[in-house]
Amino acid sequence: MLDTQHLYDSMARLAREAGISQWDLGAACGTDLSVQVDRGEAKQLKGAQRSAVTVRAWNDAGRVGITSCTDFSAAGLALALAGARDASAFGDLEEPPALSPRSTEATEPLERPRFPLQPIQGMLSTLLAAERQLLDCHGAIGTVPYNGLSERNGERVYVNSLGAQRHQRSSSASLYLYARAEQTGRKPRSAGAVRLAYGSAELDVAGCIAEAAELTISHLDYAPIDTGSYTCVFSPEAFLDLIGAFSNIFNARSVLDGLSLSNRDSLGELLAVPFLSLWDDPRHPGSIGASSFDGEGTPTARLPLIEAGHLANFLHSEATARQFGVAPTGHAGMGAKVSVGPDWFVIGATPGAGSGDSSLDRHGADGVVWIDSLSALHAGVKASQGSFSLPFDGWLLKGGERRSIEAATVAGDIRTVLRSILALEGEAKLTPDGVCPHVWVEGLSITGEA
Amino acid sequence: MLLSFVDSLWRARLEPLLAAGCAAGADLVEVFLERSDRLGVLAEQERVTSVSPSFGSGAGIRVFRGKADGYRDGFVSTTDLSEAGLLSALDQALGMLGLNRPSLAALQPEAAKFLGLRELRDFGLGKADWLAECPGVAETAEHLLQGTDRLSFHGRHLQSRRGSYSRDWQEVLVAASDGTFSRDLRLHQTLGLSVLAADGEHRSSVARRFGSSDHPQDLRQWDADAAASDIATSSATMLYADFIEAGSYPVVLANRFGGVIFHEACGHLLETTQLERGTSPFANKLGEEIAHGAVTAVDEGLSNLSFGSLAMDDEGLEPQRTTLIENGKLKAFLSDRAGELRTGHPRTGSGRRQGHGFAAASRMRNTFIAAGPHSPAELIASVDRGIYCKVMGGGSVGPTGQFNFSVEEGYLIENGELGKPVKGATLIGDAETVMPRISMCANDLELAAGFCGSVSGSIYVTVGQPHIKVDSITVGGR
Repeated sequence: MLDTQHLYDSMARLAREAGISQWDLGAACGTDLSVQVDRGEAKQLKGAQRSAVTVRAWNDAGRVGITSCTDFSAAGLALALAGARDASAFGDLEEPPALSPRSTEATEPLERPRFPLQPIQGMLSTLLAAERQLLDCHGAIGTVPYNGLSERNGERVYVNSLGAQRHQRSSSASLYLYARAEQTGRKPRSAGAVRLAYGSAELDVAGCIAEAAELTISHLDYAPIDTGSYTCVFSPEAFLDLIGAFSNIFNARSVLDGLSLSNRDSLGELLAVPFLSLWDDPRHPGSIGASSFDGEGTPTARLPLIEAGHLANFLHSEATARQFGVAPTGHAGMGAKVSVGPDWFVIGATPGAGSGDSSLDRHGADGVVWIDSLSALHAGVKASQGSFSLPFDGWLLKGGERRSIEAATVAGDIRTVLRSILALEGEAKLTPDGVCPHVWVEGLSITGEA
Repeated sequence: MLLSFVDSLWRARLEPLLAAGCAAGADLVEVFLERSDRLGVLAEQERVTSVSPSFGSGAGIRVFRGKADGYRDGFVSTTDLSEAGLLSALDQALGMLGLNRPSLAALQPEAAKFLGLRELRDFGLGKADWLAECPGVAETAEHLLQGTDRLSFHGRHLQSRRGSYSRDWQEVLVAASDGTFSRDLRLHQTLGLSVLAADGEHRSSVARRFGSSDHPQDLRQWDADAAASDIATSSATMLYADFIEAGSYPVVLANRFGGVIFHEACGHLLETTQLERGTSPFANKLGEEIAHGAVTAVDEGLSNLSFGSLAMDDEGLEPQRTTLIENGKLKAFLSDRAGELRTGHPRTGSGRRQGHGFAAASRMRNTFIAAGPHSPAELIASVDRGIYCKVMGGGSVGPTGQFNFSVEEGYLIENGELGKPVKGATLIGDAETVMPRISMCANDLELAAGFCGSVSGSIYVTVGQPHIKVDSITVGGR
């Protein structure tokens, strides 16, 4: 277990001895357990004891250096501090990071359930039973080649020379089931589902099985689709993936580096249809991995990014916030050059602005492509260009009936997508990565094999 | 810092651990020890903006039970290399298989199946100075800034210029209850340049990465001007390119990184890891024709200085040259220890992992399609209307064998000649359909460094091929 006070005292003493007046430290440790199964047998049981510590030190010229290691002992910390001091000779003098002025602010407590790790044999029994039930759902489902049940217990600490002492403990569990189905003379098909919770006993195992089975079976009867321009409806998971891939739009670090689709003057510009709003909500009750502070010790908080279609805010670290003349937002990593990133998106209708064309309904749609999941975002998204071309799993809707699409890609430009949203359909869905309703978009290019 | 693993203390510490695991009823116990020393440097425009050193150590302990149990295994990793830490990890791994360790004091050596470690096979000999011979931060920064400066010289409309360097030094020791006792020192360095060009609504981003293994001096031989010139040319070409019109086309894939098509489309499906999962369509096709007769494909870990080469794999075995496909016929699979136990395919020195936090799995090393008889020009000339994929991006393969990868720099081929540049193309298909359509291979085989992420983490690999022609493939676009 991490002792925050002890780490702070150790670092303060080591820094004093080394003549270093400004420093900070981020540390994390934890234990993971995971199981995988294969056709009724345990395939692999894994455990891990993790530890990582990162130390930054500023030299007299204001340059910062950093070093990371796996050793929390006094000797390890001393080596890390010495490494950081040496690296500070090469620190960036033009735009050096500083300690976050908000790192010593009081934080709202983040009360989340925590559960001890379960015996691994119990986890194995749960996953074996889940695999059996999924295989029993349909004769064509022959294997569940990608599956896993895991638990994690961990804690994080952040301390610095301003006196900040942050500490957070957490637990989480995840279940994923991806089934493979095959029928004679037809290509194999695959689909799956994921569930997260604070402990494995809290996981919605039955829901995960049902969703994986339903999706897999729905793709058995597939057909090629004609290449062309289609109105598409994105599942909440697919739309969140797409927005996440282009989060440089909201990222102040990317703006300053010239790698964003936005620029310094973009705040207030119309980015999307007026009925769309988007928040980053790191402390959302549905976010299992929620954190009360970021890599610089800044408290996390809900932040509007798109309000009524307009770009409302950027995500900031200490360094970017200083350049923009605003306060850090709690979205920083920890580094010699500090990265910035989103936590957890909430996408929904602008209050009082409706949700677009209310007549649109997947269950009565015709000639519409329903995109259930996107693949290969790492390869098919050109984030700094705004364009994407991505394989997807989904269905072509005819008279409200859906038929699986054999193999296809969807291509477009994110800025056009945001301005071509026709409607937000139905209630927003809580997913592992955020909250979002089904999103209708017109005029996307679909390439099929027909 | 931890003492080097050649220290004789490690034999004395590991042998009781392995004996205890065997005495508990394990059929095989393996310990993987790792020390690492890494450095990352980033330069942007005219200045160095990040220097990130890190070091660490850890162990991964894997325990197998026998055939009656389906060769189940438990794996535990830890960063605590004390005697107590390693024993705790062993106990946890044994407990996963329902086994309990007898106390070390009560251990009867003759009762254990463990006969002791063999003499150390030290593949690290002669490599002790590698880390010290690598360029330091100041020298690295100088090279990177030279690169970003040359980008500025060669490029137009450049909004962002970046150079990055990473050095990954690793010492590994593998000890197993079958007597395996092997050590190696490894060094991988990469150096990359990237740009974002923008002119009004037109944008292009281009990146190239140079990678080397086991050669501390390589960075010093890097030609910054040539690399910058190549990137700037590509960026300028693609800045005003039109999006590709979607459809099915014949394509000619360039050599070097074009080999990612074989890596993604077919290579992964020839790993025993995929056979174990039942996700390879080639599982029962040894000796059968799975590709066009023009295709011979090889995976090996031996080529001098190649990014995916190894002196030993992460299970202590020397790598081999494995002919996967010969004239279209499937000849062999890539196998690791677990793959051999569970599928019967003999180990090929392909057990690989990112580090101590991962159990080894069968993975590719230097993978390439062999050279054919044609010139690249003959391939282009054979296409009436198609696409020339000069530079490939990344890709992936799914559980049904469906693959995809992006084209970073493409050109239309019209009437056998290269035409205007096109962007936004994604190639999709499945291996069973596409492999028989590789109908021509050119005579210009070249390799390129890359990274591969899979079940045992991110590892260094080489992909490669000569120019090849695929008769028809689905190209996603607009």
